[in-house]
Parts: sequence; C-alpha cells; structure tokens
Amino acid sequence: MENKNEYKNLLVSSAPHIVTSIDTQKTMLLVLLALVPSFCVSIYVFGFSAILLTAVCVIASVFFEWAWNKLMKKEQTVGDLSAVLTGVLIAFNCPSELPLWIAVIGCFVAIIVVKQLYGGIGKNLVNPAITARIVLFISFATQMTTWPLPLQDQAADVTTGATPLGLLAEGGESLPSNLDLFLGFVGGSMGEVSALALLIGGAFLVWKKIISPIIPACFIGTVFLFALVYYAAAGVPEIATGYGVFDMALFHVLAGGVMLGAIFMATDYVTSPMLPLGKVIMGVGCGVITMLIRLFGAYPEGVSFSILIMNILVPLIDNFALKMEIKKQAKGGAK
Amino acid sequence: MSQKKHLHSVHAPHFKNTAKCATEVMDVPAVVKISMSQHIGAPCTPQVAKGDTVKVGQLIGASEAFVSAPIHSSVSGTVKAIETQRAGNGGAETLVVIETDGKQEVWEGVKAPEVNDFDGFVQAIKESGLVGLGGAAFPTHIKFNPKNKDDVHTLIVNAAECEPFITSDHRLMLEEADDLIDGMEILMKYIGLDHAYIGIEDNKMDAIEHLDAVIKERGLQDKMETFKLQARYPKGAERVLVYEITGKTMDAGVLPADLGIILSNVTTIAFVGKYFKTGMPLVSKRMTVDGDAVETPKNVIAPIGTSVHDVIQFCGGYKAEPKKILMGGPMMGKALYADDMPIVKNNNAILAFSSAKAILPEETACINCGRCVAVCPFNLMPVQLADAYDKRDAEQLEKLRVMQCMECGSCSFICPAHRPLGFINKLGKAVVKEAGNK
Repeated sequence: MENKNEYKNLLVSSAPHIVTSIDTQKTMLLVLLALVPSFCVSIYVFGFSAILLTAVCVIASVFFEWAWNKLMKKEQTVGDLSAVLTGVLIAFNCPSELPLWIAVIGCFVAIIVVKQLYGGIGKNLVNPAITARIVLFISFATQMTTWPLPLQDQAADVTTGATPLGLLAEGGESLPSNLDLFLGFVGGSMGEVSALALLIGGAFLVWKKIISPIIPACFIGTVFLFALVYYAAAGVPEIATGYGVFDMALFHVLAGGVMLGAIFMATDYVTSPMLPLGKVIMGVGCGVITMLIRLFGAYPEGVSFSILIMNILVPLIDNFALKMEIKKQAKGGAK
Repeated sequence: MSQKKHLHSVHAPHFKNTAKCATEVMDVPAVVKISMSQHIGAPCTPQVAKGDTVKVGQLIGASEAFVSAPIHSSVSGTVKAIETQRAGNGGAETLVVIETDGKQEVWEGVKAPEVNDFDGFVQAIKESGLVGLGGAAFPTHIKFNPKNKDDVHTLIVNAAECEPFITSDHRLMLEEADDLIDGMEILMKYIGLDHAYIGIEDNKMDAIEHLDAVIKERGLQDKMETFKLQARYPKGAERVLVYEITGKTMDAGVLPADLGIILSNVTTIAFVGKYFKTGMPLVSKRMTVDGDAVETPKNVIAPIGTSVHDVIQFCGGYKAEPKKILMGGPMMGKALYADDMPIVKNNNAILAFSSAKAILPEETACINCGRCVAVCPFNLMPVQLADAYDKRDAEQLEKLRVMQCMECGSCSFICPAHRPLGFINKLGKAVVKEAGNK
C-alpha cells in the first residue's frame, strides 16, 4: 500500500512491546488437561455419577463466580477458567455419589466465601476447593464418608465400603494391594483414586513448566519417609499382614488424597509459597501434618487438613524464604 | 566454544523474518534531519548554519565535553534549517535539516586515519563519531580507553542479537565479515588484548560457520574464536554475555574493563575495521525494517537522519495503519510518537505494528506463579519488588537489589497477568535514588 500519510499520533508505552502467549486462562486450561487422565479413571471406576458430579460442580462454581461479578458490578472473570478448575477439584475431592445439593453448597463456599469475599483470583488466603471439601466433610459427615465401591467390586447389596485408609484406621478384612491403589481400583473421593493417572497429569504440568516439582516431591517424599520410620519403629499392623515396612510406606503414598493433594492442590500458585525454599517448607509441612493426622489423629485421612493449615502459614513461609534469599543474595552478588 | 552454565532467561519468539534478506542500500532521501543528540553524554552544537553547503562525512556537530561524540553529515546538500523538536524521551533535541542534492559528494577531509600508537587509535575512534551501536550509544572512544588499560586482556564481541525481529548484526556478519575481523585485529593490537570471543546465538549457525571459516582462512584461530550462545533472551545483555562467556559475574555499575574485558557490539567493531580503511565517519546505518504494518520487511542501509517514514516507504510503505513504531527491538526498543523521527546512529531496527500487534492484553490479577522470579537473569524478585514499590519502601527495594535490574523486560514478558514488572523496577530505582538524595 503506497501511503504518503505521516503518522504523528502513535501509541507510546514502555518496553517490552511483546508478551508471552501464556496467560492465566491458558495456565488453568493446562491444569484442567492434566486432570483428564484421572477423570477418565474416575468414570471407569465410579461410572456416570463421576461425570454428573463434575458437571454440577463446574456449572455451580462458574455460576457463582459469574453471579458475584454481575452483582458486584465487577469485571467478569469466568473466562480465566479458574472457577472451572475449582469446580473440577471440588468434585474430585468428594465421593462420587454425593447428593448434588451438597456439592453445590461446597461450590458456594469455595467461590463466594473463600475466593470472592477475599477479593477474587489471586487474593484468596486458602485453597478454595480444599476448604470447600473440609467444610462439607465437617457439615455433612455421613454423606461425605459414604464411599461408593468401584463398580467392578460392587455386589447386588453391597455398593459402598471403607476407603483403604479407613480400613487401616478402623479395621477390616484386608488392605487392597498397592497395585490396585496405584491403578485406582479402590474406593475414595472420585478423583483421588488413581495414583498413576494423577502422576501422568503431574508429569505433564512439570514438563509444561506450569508447576515446579518441588512441592509434590517434598510432600510425597515426606509422607513416604515418615511412614517408613513409623512402621519400622511401631511394626506393621495386623490388618496389613504380609506387608513389609516399605510396602506400608508405599501404601501411604498411594492411598487417599496424597497424589491429588500434592500435585494439584498444594501447588496452587495463589496459596503456595513462591520461592524454592518456601516450596520445600510447604511440601514437607504438608507431608508431616498428613501423617500426624493419619497415624495419631481422629480421622483416617489428613491431606486436606494439612494443605489448609499450610495455606494459612504461607505468608509466614514466604516472608521467611524472602529473608533467607535476601541474606543469600547480599553475600552472593549479582548471580 | 560454548558453555554449560547459564543465567536465567526467557524463550522469546525469534521472528527473524529478515535473516535471509541481503541488505539493500537505500536511495538518498530529499531531506535528512540529523540529530545533535545521538549518544549518551553532552549533545553536540551545530557547526554549520542555514545556507551552508555540506558534503558526505563533513563535521556538522561537535562538543567540548568529554562524554560526547562528533556528528557528520550523511549527505551532500544544503543546510535548510536548524530545528528543535521533542525527542523520543520527552526532552528537546536539535536537528540539522539538510536538503540533499543527490550527488553524495564526499568531503575532502575524508581519508583513512594514520594511526601509529594507542593515543592515535583513541583519537581516530573519537573523530569517527563512533558510539556503541548495540543500543546504548555510549561514545566508543571512552569505552576503548579504560582507566586500567594494562589490565584488560580479552575482547568480547557482542553478536548475540537476542532481540526478536532484528537481523542487522546477523547480515553484517555474513556480508562484512572481513571488516569485523579487521576491526577486532585493530582493537587487539592497539589496546593490547590477547584473545577475542565473538558471542553469537545458535539461531545464526550460518554466521558462526562463516566467521569460523574467515578466521581460519586468515590464520587467526589462536587469537579469536566464535562462542555459541543459547538463542534465548537476553543473552546479548552486557552483564549476561560476560557471565556466559567468562563465567564471571558482573554487578550493575561494574565495567567489563574491571574484569579485564573490552566488550563491544559487532557492528561497532566492524565499523572500526571499515573506518581504518576508508576514513568515512559514521554516517549511515544498517537496520532491520519489519513488523506486520510494513509491506516488505528488509534489511536496509540508510543515511543517518533519514526519517522513519522514508525508510518504511523504501520498504514498500505501510501494509496496514501503524499503531506503534519501535526504534530497536520489541523487548527493549523505544516506541516513537511519530514516524517523522530521524534515524540515529544506534538504530538497529525499525518495527511498525498495526493495532492488532501493538495493543497488548490488559493486566489481570497476579496469581503468584513466580515466573518473573524464575526468569530474572540476576535472580531479582519482581513480584516482591512491585510490592515494595507500591509501599514506596526504598529500604526494602534496595534490599531486594532493585539497582541490579537492567530493565531487560523478561519479567514483564513472561508474566501471565501481563503486569509491567520491568517498568515498575524502573520506577523503583527512582524511589531508591530519591531516598538517597534526601
């Protein structure tokens, strides 16, 4: 185009003049993609109810976010997909047969109480999905601990049963094998059952540089070591006849919500420390609290409580890590 | 040669669309406007008046100040006016407006310098009007004359060209390798340097191979070598390049000479090689013209003082209405407010973008992802710096080493919430300086 016009009114701004294509929406989308393998296992193990629960949680979470923004005349943020992710994570943290109205209450707690009342995305103190799970767990104890058995294990009159950790805490015939735990053919919250599927998702996120492996590695590593030391000292319980100390440590890593919590919940950017040292403290802290609750507490499972407690400590951890980093850099110079 | 340990960096898109475009020499425009402020330091005073006739290479601007560089006419013609205009940085600059006669007659005083010793070398560099052509525009005769001259031993040629789009240094290495090697030999001879590295990103393998061949052909393998860098931003930043090549860390405020290094841009050094043969001062510049608003992206050599508008017309004109025009690359370049601004010595690119590319996504809430911390070459913590800036906390800003920021913009680039973190650091530095003045 031959154009003799001169342009005297151009846009001026500070450099840089290009930005990465990764934004909040894409980040959330990649996390959602990473949850797909686990979702597939959930559908296989728990059937249609897994799809229904997830769909309801996603719709409810997005609705609450949309309605809040509308009501408060704030900029609409449903497009960033963070509410979708929260919905999926709430569903993954509940039994698949949970009455849907209870799930909707969970979504309300997560989006309105935990997230929006504190100022929306980036401002919440604690993980919305984890907090929602704990609120439901305490308020609707019966429904939240009625665990459907895998479709493959159900008989005509037996459709629910204890989770592997429930068996360990309260007794039962025998523990499921670590292989079943790894693959996911056990009872539990709908999205937590398959360690393999969750690890695939985690590897994907690390590969895509969405999460750092520090928190998951420290969390899982601490659970493993804690269990190893504990069972070496206390001996293997009766229910786990035939299990060695090592098998029991592995059992604790594979059972319950450790994988889901370590990979997808404790790594939530907003509610986890930013600096590497802080991430180590977060991971180890989650692991220790999880095991304290599992072995010495009243509940068979402690992952969600451990994450919630560590979430609350994040500002302190961040502050500590920052001070250490400043000290280190004051010594080290520019590099 | 290449190294295994690296500073943090970002993978910025390369967009080296013009890497295969051989440089074209632009016709002399009808009018040039030569700025008297083309370098860091004191502006020059015009040495010509309205009505004077000038020739190519004739001195038209000079200053008594130590930190300054003389300015020469890029054309032959008649001085039409001495104008003042608002400069890109908001201040005012003086322009010598010359109507060209198209003959491009060379000034009688242009002849190859006779240099016998170090002082003669520095004098010749000074008279050539050379400034750092990589972007900083620092007068070169000062850089090549370090206080600790006896301690410097290594020459580093910055040919990283890590800015997206720009290929002018790349083309220079392919088209004028001999000038570059000549320039390096001159520097090494007069400053007394034993070894030279040419740092080049590995997305320019043809340049690396070509230079290796030229060095071998001329039997200089013992004195100089190419150094392969990762093609990641900002490998061409002085302090990053020094670390990548020598493994030495360099704080802000430290000069390469303090580490025994003379570091200069590849085009700057190639100019030295050419100047010592011809004596023609710095009057024209090779630059990459690209961006989605430019009809035919090219590499162009244009007389200094040509308007951006004329350069773009030489490249087929605007393909779409330009919304933003940059002098330099998209990571650190300066946005111009008008397209009649003249080309200056340290221009290495003109990029014109339509509104589709010029308007960046809006800022959203920080999600605490820590990517900005992970990419900073000097391990600064932009999120924390931004917090400290919000509180105008000079003490905390200093503790967080805001003064080490070189404003490379990696943090702003990588932020998924599109926060202008690099710019905030710039403001943070001002807060620290102000507190220091109290």
